[in-house]
Amino acid sequence: MSDAPFDQFQGTASYIASDDLKHAVNVAVALARPLLVRGEPGTGKTLLAENLASSLGLPLIRWHVKSTTKARDGLYVYDTVARLHDSRFGGDDVKDIAKYIKLGPLGQALDAPSRVVLLIDEVDKADLEFPNDLLHELDAMKFRIDETGREITAKERPIVVITSNNEKELPDAFLRRCVFHYIQFPNRELMAEIVRVHHPDITDRVLDNALEVFFGLRATPKLRKKPSTSELVDWILALKKAGIDLSRVSGGIPFLGTLLKTEQDVELVGKRAKA
Amino acid sequence: MLIDFLFELRARKVPVSTHEWMALMEAMALGLHESSLDGFYRLCRTLCVKDIALYDAYDEAFLAYFKDIYPEALKLTEQLLEWLSDPKAFDALTAEQRKALEGLDLEKLRALFEQRLKEQKERHDGGNRWVGTGGTSPFGTGGKNPNAMRVGGGGGRSAMAVADERRFREYRRDVVLDVRQIDVALRGLRKLGREGAIEELDLDETIDKTSKNAGEIEVVFRPPRRNRVKVLLMMDVGGSMDPHAELMSRLFTAASRSGRFAKFRSYYFHNCVYNTVYEDAEFRKPVQVADLLLHSDRDEKLVLVGDALMHPAELLDPGGSMYLYAQNRESGHEWLRRLAAHFRSAAWLNPEPERFWAGTTIEVIASVFGMWPLTLDGLAHAVRYLVRGGERPRIGDPGKWIKSMTG
Repeated sequence: MSDAPFDQFQGTASYIASDDLKHAVNVAVALARPLLVRGEPGTGKTLLAENLASSLGLPLIRWHVKSTTKARDGLYVYDTVARLHDSRFGGDDVKDIAKYIKLGPLGQALDAPSRVVLLIDEVDKADLEFPNDLLHELDAMKFRIDETGREITAKERPIVVITSNNEKELPDAFLRRCVFHYIQFPNRELMAEIVRVHHPDITDRVLDNALEVFFGLRATPKLRKKPSTSELVDWILALKKAGIDLSRVSGGIPFLGTLLKTEQDVELVGKRAKA
Repeated sequence: MLIDFLFELRARKVPVSTHEWMALMEAMALGLHESSLDGFYRLCRTLCVKDIALYDAYDEAFLAYFKDIYPEALKLTEQLLEWLSDPKAFDALTAEQRKALEGLDLEKLRALFEQRLKEQKERHDGGNRWVGTGGTSPFGTGGKNPNAMRVGGGGGRSAMAVADERRFREYRRDVVLDVRQIDVALRGLRKLGREGAIEELDLDETIDKTSKNAGEIEVVFRPPRRNRVKVLLMMDVGGSMDPHAELMSRLFTAASRSGRFAKFRSYYFHNCVYNTVYEDAEFRKPVQVADLLLHSDRDEKLVLVGDALMHPAELLDPGGSMYLYAQNRESGHEWLRRLAAHFRSAAWLNPEPERFWAGTTIEVIASVFGMWPLTLDGLAHAVRYLVRGGERPRIGDPGKWIKSMTG
């Protein structure tokens, strides 16, 4: 790890990262600390891990956290019911407990033969204490399977990317150990670059018009949910498919439903357009 | 030498811990700041500031700390040397410090200083802008010069003052509750019981049944454990409660979180509870308290939140309600006593600081309900009382106070 250059992550052809983000990723990789990414929905938090893995040529292991997820599930699950079932109906060799231990995503990442990228997606969805329960494993990068006594230690510390939507406040002890980055909403220049990656054949004029409408929409006060990058990309795709030239459209935004996702927002924008 | 910057940050309520600071030092040893001020700015922020809301404070601290470094390190060096030769500046030092300094020859000190500065420049490879801060450190030993702030152009603020300020703010943080702290405190408010869908394997019962079955396996499931505590929350809104609105909304956010309690209901009132409470804070959906009591389980935990401050007549007299259209035939005091009699356990949380409680209507209300301040400590006590019962605090002498009011 120490001989690897610092600027390992430079974004990829399909993922444009800001300088700040690249820097944060590289710091996290160099210090071998988890990278905590926050930001508005649709700013590409989850995509970051995928692209980090592909740009470094490492396998990616995903762990999608849900409200019922327990920290232990990430390490391993002991399928007692299957074992009982087997012992009753004489399935496989029930003496071998290890067969009934299934490693969770974190367990797999630590058990991997080489370095991997581990994505812990939407860490704030789970219980309040969930991040705290992970502290030890993320610090020591090892754990023990109590049932078999096997100890799993990471051969190479995985690169951990954690995303959060700010739904719940995360515990301080957890935050202290992370490298933090807030993905800011892209400015116009960066956004133009991002759109070009997804629609390489787009002309300057069409792009300009689309961005004009998009940022105008985002600036509308009192929107419940502002349209995000992924929605812009979808919207431009819809425009292209329908062959609509924005500069010739007067009154009303075509395919508004791809940009705004709540009835109130559509109504609000409609009212303002009329006024 | 950057340690002052750490304190600059902390003074601006950016809660940087030692842990994070050590990580920053480690990162700088690895050269991750790319030997530039911009690089350091990003590195320090990504490692030490974990909340977007604090970025602004971080910027402020950064500007304040590095503003004099920015133009030219050389100019600063000159300033320093000039300052060194000016004996007046020593006036700010204590007798002890002056004595220590007088032990040094000015020429020698200057030479030492220049040499140190040069060394540092080399180490952080020349042209680095913040080398100037390093320059302050040789003056004294190991960069712990109490004068460091003055030299760095920090104006009249001494390092001591900053440290003092920091301690004070730290203290305040303990008092102000955030949602998470309330969340943690409310965790104590539970009585676990098994209810709902059968989805958890009951190992003991399975073994038991299987043994009785002569080894034929019988798998037994049971419902998972859930919190059985029911909570009825009544909140005072408007008027004198406005300054506490933010704190109240945090409490509400934490308490109403889905799945926290078996049953959670909340009502609003203004100043005191009379015959009516409201489902909404705008007082549009009235609910008769008599009906509410009729349909409430006595085991529900009643939690009232309010400053309990009002005109004595509002509490003690029939018809005391501020609202003409909602005349109450019985006094607020009477209604509160009814609530207290119905529910087996109840508590009142008061956002008003405890030192203002004596000699007001708070005394009277605190004699009806156990009252605790709405702080981390108070909340923990109230939760303990609601779950386990026990002593409740006595405040003042309400009997005497009522007498003095009613003459």
